[in-house]
Amino acid sequence: MSKFKKKSDGGTPAISTASLPDIVFMLLFFFMVATVMRENSLKIKNSLPVANQVEKLDKKNPVSYIYMGKPSAGYEKFGTESRIQLNDQFAELSEVGAFIGAERAALREELIPFLTVALKVDKDANMGIVGDVKQELRKVNALKINYTTGVGDALNNIK
Amino acid sequence: MAKRSAPEVNAGSMADIAFLLLIFFLVTTTIEKDSGLNRKLPPIEEDVEPPIIKQRNIFTVLLNGKDQLLVEEDLMEIKDLRAAAIEFLDNNGDETCTYCKGAKDTSSSDNPDKAIISLKNDRETSYATYISVQNELVAAYNVLRNRRALEVGPPQGFNDMNFVEMQRNYKDARFVGNKTKLKEVINQIKVEFPQKLSEVQ
Repeated sequence: MSKFKKKSDGGTPAISTASLPDIVFMLLFFFMVATVMRENSLKIKNSLPVANQVEKLDKKNPVSYIYMGKPSAGYEKFGTESRIQLNDQFAELSEVGAFIGAERAALREELIPFLTVALKVDKDANMGIVGDVKQELRKVNALKINYTTGVGDALNNIK
Repeated sequence: MAKRSAPEVNAGSMADIAFLLLIFFLVTTTIEKDSGLNRKLPPIEEDVEPPIIKQRNIFTVLLNGKDQLLVEEDLMEIKDLRAAAIEFLDNNGDETCTYCKGAKDTSSSDNPDKAIISLKNDRETSYATYISVQNELVAAYNVLRNRRALEVGPPQGFNDMNFVEMQRNYKDARFVGNKTKLKEVINQIKVEFPQKLSEVQ
């Protein structure tokens, strides 16, 4: 009997796991801090231009996002021209009106006049597509728009 | 010599370290908020006769397909646009505007209420340039409104607060002061320097 008991003597002591929850919590906090909540996964290049006369986009009022830009890597089959992205997919210009209609249908009625359309346009896009979208928005009477930009000196946009 | 077991490390303070980190990040984190230039599109109206506007009250800004800036048919650098727009808006040609400090040039705009900035662009204009120009034009309005705010504000009890700060304070829930009065001042300045910026297709 004693033959077997002896073996446990002198072995490495068990590592304390008391600090494991703390490590886990630290990781949790790290990811909580590093996470950016994103409504849509972008399929286009979307680096915004900068401006310094900006106003904060009020989240108290409903906001719909329209993205524009060149298809990013992996979506080259959609061409190299700037495209519109609504929600999670590429869209045609004609779908913009229906998109606004759907966004409005999801809102409480009293909030509908306050719907702001945020245009997140890549700085390399040209104004043609933006103008077209603006025209579509006018057709469906969505007149409050916001050119979403970063904050910085606007003269840095041009190189 | 008998093998000694390693002494256990006291993990009691681990929780404190974790809390310290948590509090540090809680304090330093700012939730990113989108910001940008707010604009209002004109509604589509059919069969409405366009109002007759005197040519001297329109400040034409044209961006061509090569991102060149034409202001009143002259080439201009974007960095000079703000000053040119301020000069136009603040001109006070008919001398009805008591708070303007402009040149009173009769060949330029009558007063800030009548002055319209018209921004035209080509399809090939790059969005970055367009935003820069929009930014400069908004800046011109803000410069004038800030100047006016520093004149109007103090009698109403808002010292050393320019227009942009007034707007920020109005939206700020922590602002201590009379918000209804502040709103009145903001609205007065908005009426005195209305933002008449038309984007032409």
